[in-house]
Amino acid sequence: MIEIENLHKKFGKNQVLSHLDLHINEGGIFAVLGPNGSGKTTLIKSILGMVVPNKGNLTVLGASVRKNWKYRQEIDYLPQIANFPGNLKVRELIRMIKDLRQKPSREQELITLFGLEPFLDKKLATLSGGTKQKVNIVLTFMFDSPLIILDEPTTGLDPASLIKLKELILQEKGKGKTILITTHIMQFVEEMADKIVYLLEGNIYFKGTIDELMAKTEQSDFEHAIAAISTHTTNA
Amino acid sequence: MLKILKYSFYDLMRSRWSYVYFLFYLALGFVLLFLNQDLSKAVITLMNVIIVLVPLISTIFGVMYFYNSKEFTELLLAQPLKRTSIFLGQYLGVAGSLTLSLVLGLGIPFVLYGLFRSDAIWDFSLLLVTGAFLTMIFTALAFNIALSNENKIKGFGYAVLMWLFLAVIYDGLFLLSLIIFEEYPLDSFSLAATTFNPIDLSRTLILLKLDISALLGYTGAVFKSYFGTNLGLFVSLGMLVLWTILPVWRLAYKSKRKDF
Amino acid sequence: MGYYNRHLLVLLFLIGNSLWAKTITVCPDCKVKSIKEGIGIASDYDTLLIKKGTYKEFNLLVDKPMTLLGENFPVIDGEDRGEIIRVVSDNVTIDGLFIINVGTSYTTDYAAIRVVKSENFLIQNVVLEKLFFGIYLEKSNHGKVYHNKIVGDAVDEYNSGNGIQLWYSHHVEVDRNIVQGVRDGIYLEFSDHITINDNESTNNLRYGLHFMFSDDDVYTNNTFEKNGAGVAVMFSKRIRMVGNTFRQNWGTAAFGMLLKEINDAEIIGNTFEENTIGINIEGSNRITYRNNDFINNGWAVKVLGACYTNSFEHNNFLYNSFDISYNSKLNDNKFENNYWSNYTGYDLDKDGIGDVPYRPVKLFSYIVNRTPETIVLLRSLFMDIIDFSEKVSPVFTPDNLLDTLPLMKKAE
Repeated sequence: MIEIENLHKKFGKNQVLSHLDLHINEGGIFAVLGPNGSGKTTLIKSILGMVVPNKGNLTVLGASVRKNWKYRQEIDYLPQIANFPGNLKVRELIRMIKDLRQKPSREQELITLFGLEPFLDKKLATLSGGTKQKVNIVLTFMFDSPLIILDEPTTGLDPASLIKLKELILQEKGKGKTILITTHIMQFVEEMADKIVYLLEGNIYFKGTIDELMAKTEQSDFEHAIAAISTHTTNA
Repeated sequence: MLKILKYSFYDLMRSRWSYVYFLFYLALGFVLLFLNQDLSKAVITLMNVIIVLVPLISTIFGVMYFYNSKEFTELLLAQPLKRTSIFLGQYLGVAGSLTLSLVLGLGIPFVLYGLFRSDAIWDFSLLLVTGAFLTMIFTALAFNIALSNENKIKGFGYAVLMWLFLAVIYDGLFLLSLIIFEEYPLDSFSLAATTFNPIDLSRTLILLKLDISALLGYTGAVFKSYFGTNLGLFVSLGMLVLWTILPVWRLAYKSKRKDF
Repeated sequence: MGYYNRHLLVLLFLIGNSLWAKTITVCPDCKVKSIKEGIGIASDYDTLLIKKGTYKEFNLLVDKPMTLLGENFPVIDGEDRGEIIRVVSDNVTIDGLFIINVGTSYTTDYAAIRVVKSENFLIQNVVLEKLFFGIYLEKSNHGKVYHNKIVGDAVDEYNSGNGIQLWYSHHVEVDRNIVQGVRDGIYLEFSDHITINDNESTNNLRYGLHFMFSDDDVYTNNTFEKNGAGVAVMFSKRIRMVGNTFRQNWGTAAFGMLLKEINDAEIIGNTFEENTIGINIEGSNRITYRNNDFINNGWAVKVLGACYTNSFEHNNFLYNSFDISYNSKLNDNKFENNYWSNYTGYDLDKDGIGDVPYRPVKLFSYIVNRTPETIVLLRSLFMDIIDFSEKVSPVFTPDNLLDTLPLMKKAE
């Protein structure tokens, strides 16, 4: 599904990704974790083509990312801060994204699921953070793409919506899709993720299941295991 | 690209600022005509406005729109769209809506005051064409500045400086150099210098209409063939087109290589 | 008054004469086949009726009072061999001829019709083409040049002549002529008391109208358009210029009108439109400019050298690139009650007169005089700023040069 070889990215003098190799198979939920500034967002944005790598190969679904944009047709992406053009109404935004992608969609079902009907004719600028995030989720999940990338999907959601989101993710997983998630909520990772990709200083420090991670760090608790990686490395 | 253009345009058409801009021109047109009752005089006053205000407004509006639509841009970047389409679409959306505000805002009062029955119609049309070019050029320059500067404050600063330079300082330096080197034949130099500044270029175009009698008073042969024939008109229009294409091309080029 | 009476007498005399004067017909198939022959056999006060046809003749000498009358514009073709008609007698009328191919010479001023030392002549309805000089009046007084059309094809000044030339001729009327494509449309030298009305002088190489050393002349309602340099009035006194139109005289040394060493003239109700310089004034004094319209000129009025006690009142200065330009810091001329389209003042007491004086001389016009290339900076914001600061505190321009009573509305 995603092949990354020897990826390098520098922002000015700051080497964010170096010699990064990553191979993600089809199917399952992958949590991309790592401390702040470890390059999670840069990695995701590289996959999406928003960041142009200095060096290395990146293929998604067999197509090279470089100077290509059509492969994004097969990706659903939920951006971190959902700040939409404020003058548009929710309904118009959904219509616009549909228009841009020209794919069958199931927005009605999701709008009902998150109870967004009353907001459809409101301008996006007037919505609360949580509602915006729900709109964001609708926009992401309304298409049927084999790769889904979620950047901090839980931000601003109330518990009820969070449960619905989780159900939604599991549903998509059930369809055999590949889902990439970054988050800081470890509980969410523990609950959802099949595999963990742990980034540190621009490289993959660990890739595997939660059980493998716990075995490696000799911890019985996931959150401690993650913490252990950080301390371990800072000690080392 | 057309889709992005459509949505940017749509977005702008509902933004308060487009209306402010539109109403500003509408009010300006009416006030000018109300005070003068004379199309010719109003056209001259308008020229000053177009040469000074249109670049300023386009610059500020362009920078503002670019920074404000950062999230929208990122949303679009994740969609299966070409990058150049996204930026050119947005650019055309902004430039297009600004041009529309200008043309309608000024056009309506003038048409109501009997423009079509007046011989000022050509001067006026030229004024609008020039205004449209200046809008395109300065919006493109503003987009370039904003694209190259992550920092909003810095971007705004550079944009305003650019305007100040092209609108005032450039002509000051230009005049100074003409006076310092007045011993030398300067007609080719002075004509060349006007082409390196889009505001001066537009001014030349308008001068060709309004002040041809004065321009033809100068002795130089180069001047004479430039202003006396259609050469000046074609060169100025050509350079304006070039001034529009170059920043747009750089915008497309830079946007392909930028990280978001 | 006496002048007109005299005319009337001449007219009565002619009518009286015609009772016993005979008409001789000239045509290619008649007994009299050439004009020369006709003139030869004619007695005083006879009429030579020239029928339609082409007459290849030149050096025709009219030495007796008589009328040459063309019917349906007979053509007299000089075949470039010299002068066509020379009048040396008083009381000659030339009417309705079409004269072409006057000879060109660098030593002799060949003319289509030359009147020498004669009085009471009338030249009318004559068409001249392919000419050197057109109608040349030499020391001839009390005549009339009326409703003629002179169409030249002059290319260079040195081998072209003037349309209508007056030399030491007084009391002549030059009315309703059309002159184009010659060197000077109408040229006056040492000719006083001339009236020039309703003529159209256009597309001439040099001047539409040219005065030299001619006093007490009047010209009204003429149109001067697209001439190489406009109209020049030089070294003359007491000229009245009323209701004329000066248009589109463009070029380096082009102006609607040039006044050089002119005193005590009146310039009233004229229109100066789209000229590089509307009026160029050099060393001219005590001139009244009233009710003129200056529209879309490069410079409406350019004052060079010493010009004293001129007054500009009730003129309209509309959309000129520069209203007034001076090359000195001194001003002894009066500007009052003019309308300036560039005026930005206000009229709080509503008396139709602006409450703030208007300064018609801009600093930029000084800069352009010094460095002409700077003209490309016309109407730039930078120049506006500089002009504004000069307006607030004049340094380079005469500080007493202002219209203290600028009109708020156009003068009628």
